[in-house]
Amino acid sequence: MTATNIERGRARRKPRHIPLHLVLAALVIYFLIPFWWVIVNSSKDSAALFGGTSALWFAPDINYVENFKQLFTYNGGLYARWLANSALYAFAGGIGATVLSVLAGYGFAKYSFVGRRAGFSILLGAVMVPATALVIPTFILFSRAGLTDTVWSVILPTLLNPFGVFLVNLYARDSVPDELLDAARVDGAGEFRTFVKVALPLLRPVIVTVLLLSVVQSWNNYFLPLAMLVDNRLFPVTVGIGLWQSTASTYGAAGTNLWSIIILGSLVSIIPLIIAFLSLQRYWRGGLTVGSLK
Amino acid sequence: MTASTTGAVQTRKRRRRTNARQNLIGWLFVGPFGIVFLALLVLPICYALYLSLYQKTLMAGTTFAGFDNYLKAFDDPSFLKGVWFVIRFSLVLIPIQMIISLAIALILDEVTSRFARFSRLMIFLPYAIPTVIGALMWGFLYSRNFGPIADVFGAFGAAGPDLLSTNMIFYGLLNVVTWQWAGYYMIILYAALQGIDPTLYEAARIDGASRWQIIFRIKIRLLTPALVLILVFALIGTLQFFNEPKIIQQLAAGAIPDDFTPNMYAYQQAFTLANSNYSSTISFALGAVVFICVYVFMLATRKRGNFMS
Repeated sequence: MTATNIERGRARRKPRHIPLHLVLAALVIYFLIPFWWVIVNSSKDSAALFGGTSALWFAPDINYVENFKQLFTYNGGLYARWLANSALYAFAGGIGATVLSVLAGYGFAKYSFVGRRAGFSILLGAVMVPATALVIPTFILFSRAGLTDTVWSVILPTLLNPFGVFLVNLYARDSVPDELLDAARVDGAGEFRTFVKVALPLLRPVIVTVLLLSVVQSWNNYFLPLAMLVDNRLFPVTVGIGLWQSTASTYGAAGTNLWSIIILGSLVSIIPLIIAFLSLQRYWRGGLTVGSLK
Repeated sequence: MTASTTGAVQTRKRRRRTNARQNLIGWLFVGPFGIVFLALLVLPICYALYLSLYQKTLMAGTTFAGFDNYLKAFDDPSFLKGVWFVIRFSLVLIPIQMIISLAIALILDEVTSRFARFSRLMIFLPYAIPTVIGALMWGFLYSRNFGPIADVFGAFGAAGPDLLSTNMIFYGLLNVVTWQWAGYYMIILYAALQGIDPTLYEAARIDGASRWQIIFRIKIRLLTPALVLILVFALIGTLQFFNEPKIIQQLAAGAIPDDFTPNMYAYQQAFTLANSNYSSTISFALGAVVFICVYVFMLATRKRGNFMS
């Protein structure tokens, strides 16, 4: 009896999901093909790129080093500057947005103040306002104020993250007990001290999530900097590569040596994010899903 | 009696004082975000609305136009074509995306091997890629010059489809967006599935439910809030379609005009034609349409328990 039970248990654990594994393998190939293409083709010079070598396999000579040199020296090393700009916009905007979201989300969750219900309803409405519909009005407003074509024109609008406030609020309501805050207050801690010492450590998972999401959002931003910036030394890497790409397309064959740089530039620009996501898995996995677990 | 009255007065006084304190501290926490909210959301919206009510002509300068710009927009074939495109695109894209991400999430909930964990991560990876780069990578893959499609089909002696041509660009873009977002939606659904109490399955199995019944009657039913969340995200994202067509426009000579989507049209009006009044009109109209669509949808699904209830 026991033996058959063990037998059955073992039979169950056997990998009988072969068809499902095949489906997964096919999916993985599909989702990785663009990465594979970029990795392979950033190793080619323009002759190999256009010269009918297989699009999905390496050419006989591997040109990574040469392409790297070209990428970082083309236009006076503009690419490195773009990467630095992207990092600046992502971190300044991302950190600012996170600080504001955490403060406001906690305020909405833990204090009853005049206008809280109305304020929160307006916030929920704002989650549904499409961000890009704001880009052109904000651009026109900033151009009247003389703010366009500065780093501020990209950083300031990214500070706005209503969804972040929403996430922090949802999380704070469930995981910061009022009793704990009251106990800290009875012990004589001020409101701000209570917030820093008691609430912040409890909010850590959602803080990391909001930070990661805001940083990624600003790193990936395209429409906003495209509208705001004219000076190509202020471009983030997304707008920069878009510019190279349109130059190369416009000049057709004459722009062909640009293509190898564009392809390698695309690859280099996604590496930081891939590393961030793979290494911070533990944090985002819990947080990405806050809104869906009701 | 007197004692209790003074007690009551004191409590009331104290309550009022705590109320004032609560008010002040509450606003101190919410205030910084509130300022940014007013300056970068409320103000631009109001300004766009204001601009959209004026017209600029060479003859008369800037004049009040009332709703003329809106009447013009809703009679403008470029704008209407763009709106129609994003609606059509949403109607095809969103069901496909949801079915794919749901199917993957269900598979990953079932299979617990190391390869399954690896697949989960790889399928999610495109979410970490800027949409600009995602669109560019697929644009390369579609391209006649460097893409593999011609090679692959050539091996069978067939001419491959040109996903950058006017007829096929719809499908080309459909694939880019599905690739980019399906993993993110899958992660949301997967996490929701992992949150379901497994004793429910056990109970259903004892009651004689088949595997498919468990999937449809329990899993998918309990996933409803997550599915609603995804639908809303996808709808908001798709109606403001801009990055992918803007990038692929260069690679697909002629297949994507400047008025392809409402956002692209607003961009063209603002930057190529320097028409800020009309461009504000389009932005405002687009924002209002998206807001109303989503709001109505949220109201309609409220009873089913969406994420805002």
